[in-house]
Amino acid sequence: MITLLAMHFPISGTDINAAYLVVIGFLIGILGGFFGVGGSFIAGPALRAVGMHWNYAVGTDLAHIVGKSVVAAKRHRALGNVDLRLGFIMALGTIAGAECGAQLIQLLKRRGDVDFVVSVISIVIYCSISSFMIWESWKTMRLQKKRARGKKSRSKKDISSFSGVTKAIQRIPLWPIISLPTSGVKISLWVIVVVSFIGGLFSGFLGGGAGYIRMPMMVYVLGIPTHLAVGTDLFEIIISASYGTFSHAIKGNVDILVALVMNTGAAVGAQIGAILTQYFAGPKIRLLFVPLPLIGAAVVIYTLFTGQKL
Amino acid sequence: MTLSHRTANGPGKRSDFDRKTVKAEARKTLISFSIELVVYALLVVAYFFLVLHFLGDWLAHLDKQHIRLYALVSIALIIGQAVVLESVTTFLLRLLRGRSE
Repeated sequence: MITLLAMHFPISGTDINAAYLVVIGFLIGILGGFFGVGGSFIAGPALRAVGMHWNYAVGTDLAHIVGKSVVAAKRHRALGNVDLRLGFIMALGTIAGAECGAQLIQLLKRRGDVDFVVSVISIVIYCSISSFMIWESWKTMRLQKKRARGKKSRSKKDISSFSGVTKAIQRIPLWPIISLPTSGVKISLWVIVVVSFIGGLFSGFLGGGAGYIRMPMMVYVLGIPTHLAVGTDLFEIIISASYGTFSHAIKGNVDILVALVMNTGAAVGAQIGAILTQYFAGPKIRLLFVPLPLIGAAVVIYTLFTGQKL
Repeated sequence: MTLSHRTANGPGKRSDFDRKTVKAEARKTLISFSIELVVYALLVVAYFFLVLHFLGDWLAHLDKQHIRLYALVSIALIIGQAVVLESVTTFLLRLLRGRSE
């Protein structure tokens, strides 16, 4: 069966086992549905491992992210986890940020130290996100336990130990202030634009969807409940990754057939991941998120020391 | 049903009946999911050979000759397939479990 599923992909000129692609898609689908991330840190190396050129791996991964995000966002929407207004605003900031990130890469390329600078910055950022999220979610879970003991009941509200700073950010009186009824947040439009711009900047600068930075920022900076942050991030990814796919496709970097095959596995995985979020509280999802940026950091460290892109 | 029993027994306390109900529910979900995967796998294999096999050459031609059209078709295909697959998996889940998810 495995030999039977070996397929030739004429666009990228590679021969890949379809079962391998389906399994990779399935695993990334679970991660995407549960955490709201694109999963480029797995898809990129997985495609490279079967001999696909780096440019095709990046573009094809983006196309696959679009499909997986459609499935997961549809499921999250059915669960009431998508804030459409927030998603549309963030998509604009992300696209602008991604373009700036790509320009920044070109600038560093001209200086000749792009690999070293990008690697060091990404390692610092990945490790900082993980450390911060360990500290915050651990502290929040302890706080929740204390409260539950005191009141003998469990609050369903998504609390965070960082909520003081989040509230201060929400009070910034910068016109226009917009209301997000689905998320239960009122905040300056510019804060949302800045957050999504930073997410896009990292997406263009480091590659992939940059969900590892956007999802935590939506929770800690904008104050969006974790479940809604996951669903809205996926919705926003559909728009920004579609733009990225188009941009890569016209540069000849997308093998859509590979993405379509991967997506058959991701369709099941993304639904499982989205349904699983129902069984975990916000702080637990955030704590489980911690290894993802660390895996990203490990991939970059490997690349930096061996000189080989995974 | 499980929720109402849990509430009746108070938070944090689960009777043997609750535990058995949860176990039976989990077993049912696992069996349904396994059947769903097998049916889905057969559909996907058929899809690979019937659709992607014939699409391959046409898409490769588009990629070489009309790159902008190829980019648009790529996005339409990946979104269209995702919508169809989501509907198929949801339908299979409903069919096998006998109720909506």
